[in-house]
Amino acid sequence: MKVYRIIKTAMRALRRNPMRAMLTTLGIIIGVSAVIVMMEIGKGSSAAIQRTIASMGANNLLIHPGTAASGGVSFGAGSAMTLTPQDCDAILRECPAVSNAAPEVQARTQVVYGNRNWVPMQINGTTPAYLEVRDWTNLDMGEMFSDLDVRNASKVCVLGQTLVRELFSGEFPVGRELRINNVSFRVLGVLSAKGANMMGRDQDDIILAPWTTIKYRVTGTSLTNVNQSSASSGTSSPVNTLSKLYPNEKLILYPEPSAIQAANTPLPVRFTNVDHILVSAESTVAIPLAIKQITQLLRERHRTLPHQPDDFNIRDMTEMTKTLASTSVLMTNLLLSVALISLLVGGVGIMNIMLVSVTERTREIGLRMSVGARARDILRQFLVEAVALCLAGGAIGIVVGCGCSYLVTLILQWPTQTSLPAILASVIVSASVGIIFGFYPAWKASKLDPIEALRYE
Amino acid sequence: MALIDLKNIYKTYHVGELDVPVLKGVSLSVERGELVALMGASGSGKSTLMNILGCLDHPTSGEYWLERHDVSRLSSDERALLRNHKIGFVFQNFNLLPRTSALDNVMLPLSYALEALSDREVHNRATELLNRFDLGDRVHHEPSQLSGGEQQRVAIARALINQPALLLADEPTGNLDSHTSEEVLRMFQHLNQEEHLTIIIVTHDPAVARHARRTVGISDGVIIDGASMPGGPQPGYLSEAPLAAGVTS
Repeated sequence: MKVYRIIKTAMRALRRNPMRAMLTTLGIIIGVSAVIVMMEIGKGSSAAIQRTIASMGANNLLIHPGTAASGGVSFGAGSAMTLTPQDCDAILRECPAVSNAAPEVQARTQVVYGNRNWVPMQINGTTPAYLEVRDWTNLDMGEMFSDLDVRNASKVCVLGQTLVRELFSGEFPVGRELRINNVSFRVLGVLSAKGANMMGRDQDDIILAPWTTIKYRVTGTSLTNVNQSSASSGTSSPVNTLSKLYPNEKLILYPEPSAIQAANTPLPVRFTNVDHILVSAESTVAIPLAIKQITQLLRERHRTLPHQPDDFNIRDMTEMTKTLASTSVLMTNLLLSVALISLLVGGVGIMNIMLVSVTERTREIGLRMSVGARARDILRQFLVEAVALCLAGGAIGIVVGCGCSYLVTLILQWPTQTSLPAILASVIVSASVGIIFGFYPAWKASKLDPIEALRYE
Repeated sequence: MALIDLKNIYKTYHVGELDVPVLKGVSLSVERGELVALMGASGSGKSTLMNILGCLDHPTSGEYWLERHDVSRLSSDERALLRNHKIGFVFQNFNLLPRTSALDNVMLPLSYALEALSDREVHNRATELLNRFDLGDRVHHEPSQLSGGEQQRVAIARALINQPALLLADEPTGNLDSHTSEEVLRMFQHLNQEEHLTIIIVTHDPAVARHARRTVGISDGVIIDGASMPGGPQPGYLSEAPLAAGVTS
């Protein structure tokens, strides 16, 4: 018996009872569209959750300089001055897994506006890319400083919400001047509220300024100057010339070396260093790759020999990424199991109807057998009918499901995402539901005795 | 060699612990081109005998030869194949597929035929048969739109589509009025006469049996008369006159 003739026979049999065929299919339609809608809403919302968690910094990597040690005294993490702004540029340029990178120079000092003052948790000298790295680009008011400001070491800054509250109390902050360590800064913009981070630290207690300004005009030296060893050499360091423009209250304990003395005792050239480099990876999954690429690049740039340890450390937010992964897996599985149950119910519906159909068509089966249908012909016919019902249900279900998820996006504004695996899976599942739940009735039909079946009333 | 040769057929049904013998040593031979009436009261075993003749059932013991095939030794799939191209069935209640056109009903056996015919050929053959039975204008009617006589004619067309060697009619006039019955029986006679088709009509009605040249009487599981052709085989004969001499039922 040719395949297309089997299908034709099955179609004809189904067309004899279109209402019942439709109702049977409805179970599968609902099941399949439920799978698709659930998967698409699930995917959409888990993508939204991922974005939210990513905005908390799950994609971020923090590169610390290595540890300096002198005479058995270690100065702790970040004390070596090995990271440069050029490293930052190179990372962005040469690591494909990195989407953004920003240097960080930190200070901790008093900020004064009018008769109020405050010591912010963070005074960060950085570049405009910082906001992209932190996923913080929408400002509350005003604007971010530009790369030109960074190049010029302009005295401009952007404030966090806490600072606005503490210093301005109702005044409009943009365009005002405030002082950081006696250097006057113009406020360009105000960041949107970000709240506390996972450790409960207030992330809005922050001032962003060009890293050149913070480094050369505010601190005058880097953080590493807290080390006595660097501090002692600090006086002779020709790190910056800009700081000499401003009164530096450092005590000069020793006489300044003359030009000849300096020429006679050459000091190693000190390059400009930054405290950290903040990097965001392309995605959460790209983090290990990004770490590998950055490590390779920095070792090359720092001319680290193969046997030498890294002169930097890279930290990722393992805790957050783990949460992220488990959240999305959990959600997808939950939704999938709910949807699969509805498909199962649809399958039982098919079996039920096919059993009724076999009983009702006992005479037909007997007749088919008497005109020469073998048991396997009958089995095939009923199986094809069940599978046809399921596949038709699956096809309509895909259309209904995609339509529903489109409506959900349109009306409820929920995020959805078309998922091809969900569509493929539902087609496969509906076909296998047809085979599994259609087999028993078909087998029962094929086992009928033609004599009994013909006599059946 | 006879078309049908039954040798000492026994059929016993098992109902629980009980053995119920239905056929007790039936021997019967039917030549090619005969029109035979199989007569018996209900419970006489004529239905069981018909099921065995129609290859729907196999005997408990004994031999059944149909055109050189030993049916009693065939598997159920082989018997299905044999039914498909050797035997045509006509039933008392027509057994047409509901909500299916006369044409599709007639074409039904061909979908189980071993040699695959083209759609066009299948269609042509079915239309031709329906035209022959004056059903040309009823081709696309469903059984519910046809009269009893028309339905039975569609059923006969279905039985003949595979050009079988044997037509088995089980009380073919049971659901028809006397006029249509006569029509159907004349059709059988015609088929027998013109095409030398072997026909076995199972009935309990002597009036129906009278249309056959030879009547086989069965009672209580044994053949009581007409087990073999009196005077040897005479294929292709037909007689208007009732020849059921000696039949009492």
